[in-house]
Amino acid sequence: MALSKAELVEHIYKMVEAASGKRQLKASDLWKAVLKEHSELDKKDVQTAIKELIDGGRCVYTYFGGSYVELPRVEAAAKKG
Amino acid sequence: MSKTPLLDQLESGPWPSFVTDLKRMAAKKPQVKDLLAQLERSYQEKITHWKHGGIVGVLGYGSGIIGRYSDLAETFPGVEHFHTMRINQPSGWFYTTKALRGLCDIWDKHGSGLLNMHGATGDIIFLGTRTENLEPCFAELTANGWDLGGSGSTFRSPSCCLGPARCEWACYDTMEACYVLTQEMQFDMHRPSYPYKYKLKFSGCPNDCVAAVARADLSIIGVWKDDIRIDQAAVKAYAGGELKPRGGATPYAKLDIKADVTDLCPTHCMSYDGKKLAIDNRNCNHCMHCINLMPQALRPGTETGATLLLGSHAPILEGAQLSWVIQPFIVMESPYDEFKELNVRITEWWAEHGKNRERIGELILRLGMREFLEAAELPPAPQQVRIPRANPFFFWQQSDFDAEAKGRKYYTREGFDVE
Ligand code: HEM
Ligand code: HEM
Ligand code: SF4
Ligand code: SF4
Repeated sequence: MALSKAELVEHIYKMVEAASGKRQLKASDLWKAVLKEHSELDKKDVQTAIKELIDGGRCVYTYFGGSYVELPRVEAAAKKG
Repeated sequence: MSKTPLLDQLESGPWPSFVTDLKRMAAKKPQVKDLLAQLERSYQEKITHWKHGGIVGVLGYGSGIIGRYSDLAETFPGVEHFHTMRINQPSGWFYTTKALRGLCDIWDKHGSGLLNMHGATGDIIFLGTRTENLEPCFAELTANGWDLGGSGSTFRSPSCCLGPARCEWACYDTMEACYVLTQEMQFDMHRPSYPYKYKLKFSGCPNDCVAAVARADLSIIGVWKDDIRIDQAAVKAYAGGELKPRGGATPYAKLDIKADVTDLCPTHCMSYDGKKLAIDNRNCNHCMHCINLMPQALRPGTETGATLLLGSHAPILEGAQLSWVIQPFIVMESPYDEFKELNVRITEWWAEHGKNRERIGELILRLGMREFLEAAELPPAPQQVRIPRANPFFFWQQSDFDAEAKGRKYYTREGFDVE
């Protein structure tokens, strides 16, 4: 089943949401997973969809040794103590 | 008595001291006073009081901001947040005074005023600001034509030697190549999508002034293909002491051409009979030794380009590595299409197979140079041999048998056969 651009964005958002608190996903985890199910898409489509989620503030890039795509949250290090 | 006796010691040496700079800035910026106090405390306790931030950034970008927080925020409120901003440097680090003043004004307004010119990636480093200042600072930077550089798992800001701007040895236009690739790779610089960091550095000749061979994943080092140009009259002038070695940058008044130049040629491809200097150029490995000593007598050839080397990095998963040759010669001329396309094939292969935090050089160690060369569509070449083989086994692949059946020898790809 082909995904529209908007559906792809939602699909990726759901993956990030489902992983939240369990596993940190990298951009490459996302495009590998999407391309496995949707061979009609290419990496650029997924990167553009991630860009949309980031630019809209629904997801953020985080850095913990490597870079990940995650839901926005309060920075643990920013808390006192 | 001083509040920072341990830091004060660092001012006692003969060199300019960052402690002196910090004290000067502390008069103006209260957060720098707290920075000094926290640093003194770290020197006493021998532990750091910085915590890593993993989330701060500016909207839309996943790189360019490095989060830092103090774990002693109650005692030193000025450094509760002390984030770093990386600003992409101009090619060759050329600035007008106006541009520098502009940068300083922006940072005085939005941050601690402390700078590091420049960091290891070549970026301009703004040291220390609070989360709420990041967006306004970024907005003012971009309004003035600046942009953030790379950090995290991205294409890092490329850097280059000043090349043809001031140096007669430049074998290609390092500054243009660096600029073009910086523009080309904007998406990957700001939006982390690689397994880990990936750096390009451009040196104009094998002197490698930006240390590309040790500090860049892909090192682009200028080189010539033809013969070293010799001015025999100038050789004579060096021998007679009329010309000073290394343009006068040595304590020696006179060059001994045999002892200082030809005997130290690493491949022994030079000779000097007291009158004439001869070079067997086929055996020259372009080390620059002779040219550096006698710049008025010897010059690189005129058929110039670059050697591409890949894989250097500091110790992360594996120990430190230097880059090694993947393409002995490439023409480096605008619009750099051949180079851009190769760069994409390299990063695509790495993005596909690399593990988290695995640099391209480590991936090649794990999967082998053969796999890499096939994926990058680079023909095998003798210059790629880094060390003589110590493993007596050769693993044939189906593609080798197929090649042989077609009457070709050993290698796999149409057109890649070893003659
Ligand atoms: C076509 C038949 C054979 C083949 C293809 C073969 C292959 C090999 C290979 C590849 C090695 C390793 C060499 C090395 O790592 O340096 C080896 C070692 C050895 N082979 Fe054979 N082998 C054959 C027959 C035999 C037979 C019939 C015997 C004994 C009855 C034998 C005994 C040994 C021994 C003892 C070694 C170890 C030698 C050493 O480490 O110094 N091989 N062989
Ligand atoms: C419990 C039994 C055995 C043990 C613990 C043992 C252990 C070893 C070890 C440690 C090596 C060296 C591996 C290396 O250098 O990387 C080796 C190599 C070898 N073993 Fe055994 N082995 C056993 C049984 C046998 C038997 C029954 C045979 C032959 C019938 C045999 C033939 C060989 C040969 C030919 C080599 C050399 C392989 C090469 O150099 O490539 N081994 N063995
Ligand atoms: S690397 Fe070579 S070309 Fe570049 S500045 Fe140094 S000596 Fe000159
Ligand atoms: S560049 Fe190096 S290898 Fe080549 S001739 Fe000069 S000293 Fe010898």
